[in-house]
Amino acid sequence: MSAQSTPAAAPAAAATPDGDYVRIRDVSKKFGDFTAVDRVSLDIRRGEIFCLLGGSGSGKTTLLRMLAGFETPTAGRIEIDGQDLSRVPPYERPVNMMFQSYALFPHMSVEKNVAFGLEQERLGRDAIRRQVGEILEIVKMSGYGARKPHQLSGGQRQRVALARALVKRPKLLLLDEPLAALDRKLREHTQFELLNIQQHLGVTFIVVTHDQEEAMTLGTRLGVMNHGRIVQVGTPSDIYESPASRFVADFIGSVNLFEGRVLANGADGLCITSADLGCTVRAERATGSEHGATVWTAIRPEKIQIARTPAAPAEGAQDENRVMGTVKEIAYMGDMSIYLVRLDSGSMLRVTLPNVLRGAERPIAREERVWLSWHGSSPVVLTE
Amino acid sequence: MAVRFSEAMGRRLIAGVPTLWLLLLFLIPFIIVFRISFSEVRLAIPPYTPLLSWHHGAPHLEVHWSAYSFLFTDPMYVSSYLYSLKVAAVSTLCCLLIGYPMALRIARSGEATRPLLLMLIVLPFWTSFLLRVYAWIGLLKNNGVINNTLLSLGVIDHPLSLLQTDFAVYIGIVYSYLPFMILPLYANLEKHDPALLEAAADLGARPWRAFLSITLPQSLPGIAAGSLLVFIPAVGEYVIPTLLGRPDQLMIGRVLSDEFFENRDWPVASAVAILILLLLIVPIMLFQRVERRQLEAEP
Repeated sequence: MSAQSTPAAAPAAAATPDGDYVRIRDVSKKFGDFTAVDRVSLDIRRGEIFCLLGGSGSGKTTLLRMLAGFETPTAGRIEIDGQDLSRVPPYERPVNMMFQSYALFPHMSVEKNVAFGLEQERLGRDAIRRQVGEILEIVKMSGYGARKPHQLSGGQRQRVALARALVKRPKLLLLDEPLAALDRKLREHTQFELLNIQQHLGVTFIVVTHDQEEAMTLGTRLGVMNHGRIVQVGTPSDIYESPASRFVADFIGSVNLFEGRVLANGADGLCITSADLGCTVRAERATGSEHGATVWTAIRPEKIQIARTPAAPAEGAQDENRVMGTVKEIAYMGDMSIYLVRLDSGSMLRVTLPNVLRGAERPIAREERVWLSWHGSSPVVLTE
Repeated sequence: MAVRFSEAMGRRLIAGVPTLWLLLLFLIPFIIVFRISFSEVRLAIPPYTPLLSWHHGAPHLEVHWSAYSFLFTDPMYVSSYLYSLKVAAVSTLCCLLIGYPMALRIARSGEATRPLLLMLIVLPFWTSFLLRVYAWIGLLKNNGVINNTLLSLGVIDHPLSLLQTDFAVYIGIVYSYLPFMILPLYANLEKHDPALLEAAADLGARPWRAFLSITLPQSLPGIAAGSLLVFIPAVGEYVIPTLLGRPDQLMIGRVLSDEFFENRDWPVASAVAILILLLLIVPIMLFQRVERRQLEAEP
């Protein structure tokens, strides 16, 4: 990409006041021979919730620990609000962290835990008490100040950990798997509350998670990490609908991936033939691949229609974007059903269908022959 | 039913063995000693008056306080008690000051080096305790290793009197009991969650502040256990003060032994033992209180 082209320069200039609130420049971290974080550059905006998403060993936690100051980068710079923090010890950074294990001090009451950070600043007794009271109010833990951490439930501990990390009004709050220790019901509830608190206080959040659902609902933007590198940055819908690689497509949500070859490259998109899929795919929104190139077609399970009769082909179009198969497994999930269909080519395809009607009259059964089809905008063509 | 019965039996057996052990080897001997302390010495076998005797067909209880009152008439006993407590307290403090950094260092060293360091702590136990104390005589005496080295280096021009001093007793006790301080401290410190210190640093606490407000309070049970393991045997220590200590100031363990073997005064020896026990109950109760408080704080 050339930097001088006007369309690319304009958004960068517009983003300047907030765009580089946290600047991570070519940061690497090596542990012996192992490169945990590999030349990562990221810009994080003021007031946003940025989610670092990746599997275990992807380097997301190491990156977070470098932001907190627990690890020193082997190379690169970390700036927050214009201040270079690469060599600043954790106790002097305007950054606070909420630990995955919460790391509440077991021998101190809730109030003492929350007050700890303020006491390090040598604030007056009254000021500390007032600020602790305020933040406990915000996380709805006002009545629990005298309790010890072991007298609290998991959700309550999470709130105390959040309060303790927020009470110093950090420029940046780091959250390490904030919801991992909570059960499913509580997670959903806490997720929305976390969003409320973040909006109320306007603190910039960086969340590390391996849970894509958590990342999608919490994050204003996501950075997907793999093998120590950032592989894609974007809004949740960018990442879900337009993944940049097979890794991202597969990591976020579930996807059907088929290898194919580009047959034609025209104004109406790419035409791809795939022996694995057993049909021709027309991808309307895809461009750029050369004729004859090997590509991968990614289709999300919910974007495939399943029916007993073939869908009418689009006007003038040939027999494309549809294929026949036999239903092999049906998993009823309540709100939706998952169908595993064996295509005539031998490959398996995953299709999800919302259960719109109660007690549908003649539901598709196992071993039934079905037609599968999708809209021309659905396939994503990936080259890596 | 049969399974349940045998399970209950098994449980009772497991609880029963230590109970029996304590009963046979601790409680009964204690009762015997306790009983002897309330009799008077006499030239017979056994060398003390019976507690219960028969006079004209009626049982007659004979309780003598003379052994206890004797302990307070001769200032030698009181001074021995106080001296023992002082030596034990100072030694415990020294063990704590030396042992804490060592335990902390071991607990925070790598997984690979930890067993080696622990091994080094335990290694002295492979040599006889008595032999190690004798070795200190060789080091500390007037023409011993330390004095000879200092003399040949010209640091001093006449030998320092190191042996038969309080200093030698402290060295002997601290040296011998240091592992008993380090091991429980290590066991405690090793369990600490490193994330807590990171959290403290993250909230603005410098390393020293983090140590004082997080590590130290959480290691109190370890400090209590280690201190007790040093303090209690140090109070009654017999070998070290006898071999290394001052001849003019006895520790209570030596007094007890002398009463028993030299004076053949079993009642007074028993009274000395009972009083040591009474003195030691106070620190044990303090320890239990710390322990209980820690159990409450555990998640």
